Amino acid sequence: MSSHNGNSHWRIAVGLGSCGVAAGAQALYDQLAKRAAPARVTLEKTGCAGLCHREPMLELYSPEGERWTYVHLDSAGIDQILDEHVGRNQPVDHYLLSGADRAEGVRRFLGKQKRIVLENCGQLNPESLEAYLAVAGYQGMSKALKEMTPAQVITAITASGLRGRGGAGFPTGVKWKFCSEAAGDRKYIICNGDEGDPGAFMDRGVMESDPHRVLEGMVIGAYAIGASQGFVYVRAEYPLAVKLMGRAIEQARAAGFLGERIVGTSFSFDIEIREGAGAFVCGEETALILSIEGERGMPRMRPPFPAQRGLWGCPTIINNVETFANLPWILRHGAEAFAALGTAKSKGTKVFSLAGKIRHGGLVEVPMGITLREILEDIGGGSSTGRPIKAVQTGGPSGGCIPAELFDTRIDYEELNRLGAIMGSGGMIVLDDTACMVDFARYFLSFTSKESCGKCAPCRLGTQRLLEILTRITEGNGTENDLQTLKEFAVSVQATSLCGLGQTAPNPVLTTMRYYMDEYEAHVRDKKCPAHSCRALLTYSIEEEACKGCTLCAKACPVQAITGEPKKPHVLDYTRCIRCGSCLDVCRSDAVKTE
Amino acid sequence: MSKVADIVARCGTGRDACIKILQEIQVAYGYLPAEALRYVTEQSRISLRQIYGVATFYEWFRFQPVGKHIIRTCHGTACHVNGARHTTREVQNILKVKDRETTPDGLFTLESVACLGCCSLAPVMMIGSDVFGRLAPKDMRKIINEYKRKNQPEAKQP
Repeated sequence: MSSHNGNSHWRIAVGLGSCGVAAGAQALYDQLAKRAAPARVTLEKTGCAGLCHREPMLELYSPEGERWTYVHLDSAGIDQILDEHVGRNQPVDHYLLSGADRAEGVRRFLGKQKRIVLENCGQLNPESLEAYLAVAGYQGMSKALKEMTPAQVITAITASGLRGRGGAGFPTGVKWKFCSEAAGDRKYIICNGDEGDPGAFMDRGVMESDPHRVLEGMVIGAYAIGASQGFVYVRAEYPLAVKLMGRAIEQARAAGFLGERIVGTSFSFDIEIREGAGAFVCGEETALILSIEGERGMPRMRPPFPAQRGLWGCPTIINNVETFANLPWILRHGAEAFAALGTAKSKGTKVFSLAGKIRHGGLVEVPMGITLREILEDIGGGSSTGRPIKAVQTGGPSGGCIPAELFDTRIDYEELNRLGAIMGSGGMIVLDDTACMVDFARYFLSFTSKESCGKCAPCRLGTQRLLEILTRITEGNGTENDLQTLKEFAVSVQATSLCGLGQTAPNPVLTTMRYYMDEYEAHVRDKKCPAHSCRALLTYSIEEEACKGCTLCAKACPVQAITGEPKKPHVLDYTRCIRCGSCLDVCRSDAVKTE
Repeated sequence: MSKVADIVARCGTGRDACIKILQEIQVAYGYLPAEALRYVTEQSRISLRQIYGVATFYEWFRFQPVGKHIIRTCHGTACHVNGARHTTREVQNILKVKDRETTPDGLFTLESVACLGCCSLAPVMMIGSDVFGRLAPKDMRKIINEYKRKNQPEAKQP
């Protein structure tokens, strides 16, 4: 976006999403605010452009409207940009995103993406309603409210083929139709921003970078089903999202986009924010409803579905942040334009958060039907460690691992299910060959067993038993019998749990067993971890040539198995070693070896 | 109790205000003091039973005061594959506390959390509101010492 403000000002927009701030962007923004002369430079905030791997970054717009992107900034870089680029019109090459390599990287990062949900992310100031209005903001909503009946809106969304982006992929239009037909004067609409999957951060990105878009989507949905009150449920770990969504609600209310008689029509609707309090299970819709009611978030049986009986017993629609963020675009461009993207049954785009051992991590939005290989290699730039990518895990703790042999699979809801994984919220964690798949399954079960609400026995006890078996195997105490039990347990937890948490918790076990049985077998039969990751199965030694005798390892060893004089190579006594790996953690000269 | 009275006045007295009230009390006091909770039950339709149920269900709430700096070590998937276990264990070794414990000097409370959402900086740790990314076990002592130094008496002089 090159809408500059017409005078001779330079304009600097600093990316202040959570990942930018985590990389130090706030300090740089403060430095700019202190140093930049307001007469020459206008300073602005933007959200996350999705290029998390290049944070902290800023966009500089010259008075002529030319745009320069600076990345991987530090304090010295800010001084240089102000002195050299703004001061003397000399771009600072060192931080500029234009070297041949970097430009090519960005072209590939953005080239295969199709941005609908993220179209404004990193492009506009999330604290400014005017900025959103300047990019056709609230026009989709106005069109729906002024030119269409609620039934027509539902028909359009059904025709677009949009499916819920929170995980299960239920057709949004169909769900709305159920709710609009449900009896009851009072209806509610809820935006699920309880992004609990570790490794997923697209909802946070959208709420922090383009909050009005989510509100606009909610008004469209509310009009379609006849809701008078909405709630945005945001997890408490996202304070910036809470703050920016709250500000957007106030702005929208003041401008007449929320409240009584929206944009002069007879439709009235308002939105409140509710913060979560750290319970993964509250991403499940019946649990989320209880949480808004102020209770323990324990899921209940469905049916009745919330569309019939939800919040305070009234018909309620719950959609995910990303689902709502699609709606303004669909209303503005038409259902056909959306349905033209994607595969036969999965339309439009999907945002993935790419993390783990990947070079260009961040938020990527791609048309459905793209292959995993295109996402990982073309957009993600391949492995970040130089080691081969072994697998990718989609869908968080409810999802599964997809091995490298299957990277040519086209991504849509059906294909991912066929592989035993799920689309889920869109977390995508890349693993290289140093990842042990047994340990990885154990990691997810430690998460789900802790987050199980305890209401139903299959999930409460089943996840616990699965975790115990997996822990046993990674510690070298597993037996062949365990593998059989593990599989049987996993299948029954999947089949008998009350809600989605328990029903999907075994997925990481089942997919790793399906694709990496040899690793499980190596753990139980040979007591070896092929990926050299499970510490209890490793043998440690100190390489004499590399050891500098710094004594750190000897001090760290809890059982005094390491001896040696300062500045002379140390020796590890195998017979006393308890294989905890403390020496490995503290060594600064890479002298501790494992096999 | 005037702080708590304000909170109840702001959040409402119905059962549905329970989580909101507890959140605000925790922001005000750093934890949920028993007297404050009893006071809430007198001022609202929320029972102690509901409060205890909610406060023990959600990870966010605690009944004990916390240290001056809360160290949150992220154990999201990306952090896990990038070695969060080892960095966290190093913090535990340095501070000699376990998860959700506070150091005897009251300076640090350690909490492991599910995901801070800064996955491309993994492994990540927060101390207060400062975020540290791309960590390795050997970085930890230096970072913690920095906070210890800031809290020494001479550092408090203007």
